Amino acid sequence: MTIATNGKPDPTPKLVVRGLTVFYGEKKAVGPVGLDIVGQHVTALIGPSGCGKSTFLRSLNRMNELIPGCRVEGEVRLDGDPIYGPGIDPVAIRRRIGMVFQRSNPFPKSIKENVAYGLRIGGIKDDREISSRVERALTQSALWEEVKDRLDESAMGLSGGQQQRLCIARALAVEPEVLLMDEPASALDPIATAHIEELINELSAEYTVVIVTHNMQQAARVADYTAFFYLGELVEFDRTDVLFTKPNDSRTEDYITGRFG
Amino acid sequence: MTASATTDVEDRHKLAQQLAQRTRSNLLADRTLAIASGVTLLMVLLILTVILADVVRNGAPRLSWAFLTEAPRDGMTAGGIFPAIIGMVEMVLLMTLAGVPVGVATAIYLHEYASPVSKLTRSIRIAVANLAGVPSIVFGLFGLGFFVQFIGSGIDKTFFHGEKIYGQPALIWAALTMAILTLPVVIVATEEALRAVPRELREASLALGATKFQTVFNVVVPQASSGILTGTILAVSRGAGEVAPILFTGAAYFLPLLPKSLSSQFMTPSYHVYVLSTQSPDVDATKPILYATVLVLLILTFTLNVAAVIVRARMRRRAGKIA
Repeated sequence: MTIATNGKPDPTPKLVVRGLTVFYGEKKAVGPVGLDIVGQHVTALIGPSGCGKSTFLRSLNRMNELIPGCRVEGEVRLDGDPIYGPGIDPVAIRRRIGMVFQRSNPFPKSIKENVAYGLRIGGIKDDREISSRVERALTQSALWEEVKDRLDESAMGLSGGQQQRLCIARALAVEPEVLLMDEPASALDPIATAHIEELINELSAEYTVVIVTHNMQQAARVADYTAFFYLGELVEFDRTDVLFTKPNDSRTEDYITGRFG
Repeated sequence: MTASATTDVEDRHKLAQQLAQRTRSNLLADRTLAIASGVTLLMVLLILTVILADVVRNGAPRLSWAFLTEAPRDGMTAGGIFPAIIGMVEMVLLMTLAGVPVGVATAIYLHEYASPVSKLTRSIRIAVANLAGVPSIVFGLFGLGFFVQFIGSGIDKTFFHGEKIYGQPALIWAALTMAILTLPVVIVATEEALRAVPRELREASLALGATKFQTVFNVVVPQASSGILTGTILAVSRGAGEVAPILFTGAAYFLPLLPKSLSSQFMTPSYHVYVLSTQSPDVDATKPILYATVLVLLILTFTLNVAAVIVRARMRRRAGKIA
């Protein structure tokens, strides 16, 4: 689905998805999905549990193929470059499309080394460059002030919200073009959630953000565009204000008004 | 109306009675089981205590600093077990160097790279399980046939013009035989440790654009390292106590000197116990030495096992912090 804005087509989308279908074994999990994700905006994927929104998200940076028996059909293009196809290295795709997970998953390393991980495996050796990039990423994720005096302490000592912002910093440090977030605030308290939402708003100035959320208020607060998934199908995709005020499909309306899900 | 109400009450009363009876009989079964398992446990403890008490009572008086630092003398009726302790340490070190890298690499391949459904993976797993079940004397004979006679004699023929240097029982062959014997222990423990690494950590690394190799060596293996260490310690403790595999491959009956090279023979406490108890020229004179040797061997393996338990507990605590 593409969205017409005032009759004009959208500016060149960052991610173009066409006919994307994901199978677990013989069972179809989601699809076929077609939509355009606009660069430097936030796109939210909403829908009840099991509707395939996380599966769809994970197929955007080829994380699904780590699951045995998972098969992906269809096409995804990042700035016109296909991300699925023979000879395309998923590692290179994941450098361009980063990901933040539902449960914060810092490495059992120091705060600094967590953020530096992607840089080091990317081949950056100069410690001064690593330090400055770590500082920038932690500043972007609004964590720098809280941790700048204990960068060498274990990341496991941080609170849940801080750990999640550390994971965001870790993803940002490698400067991806797109940031995928899989329910990044679902395990956090309201204050930490507010922090993360604020952060997402700021990030959208530079990054293309795709976020899966259970929380419709959250989608309404942070997202420019929203896609509603139901039973493995993309039901509706539109600008967030349109989707939430004038949904086209009765299932969308039922969901956002709380009649199911 | 009234009649049916009465039946209702009667019914409920009956049900309550039945349930009470059920509970009573359950209670009885519970208590019987508790007593039975308690008695069994006591028996096991009793057996262990008797063995330990016997060893300590007969062995402790003979134990001294000199016993640990002197060579056996007078047809092994006097002196200590110093060469045996050193021999064991050397054998165990060589065994670890040879066996642990192979075992860890096998486990990494099996768990991280091999397809879990492929025939090859399945047959490797079956082979590992069978390796664990092979009687240790078979390993001894295999070591004699393969390492000593085939490899060792081959080396002698190729490099030493047929002079017997490696073509006879030696420290290196005993260590390699023991390495094969302990391989399953290392493989199983390492795989277990790799399995315990949360999927979230792997995904975090891969999502940052790490290759599989980078993920395995920067995240998975460090996270599993204490589990791998536990496996290594258990393998060492198993290797320290075995006699059969080294019987034909390198252990010596009596050597007053320490092994000088990889082709030397060596003494170990386990084989020493066997020798003292079966081949002694003077049973009464060797008996205290025998007991003391057993005590030393028990203390060594017990210490290693305790170390393994401590390492494992620390690993669990660390894993708990991540979750």
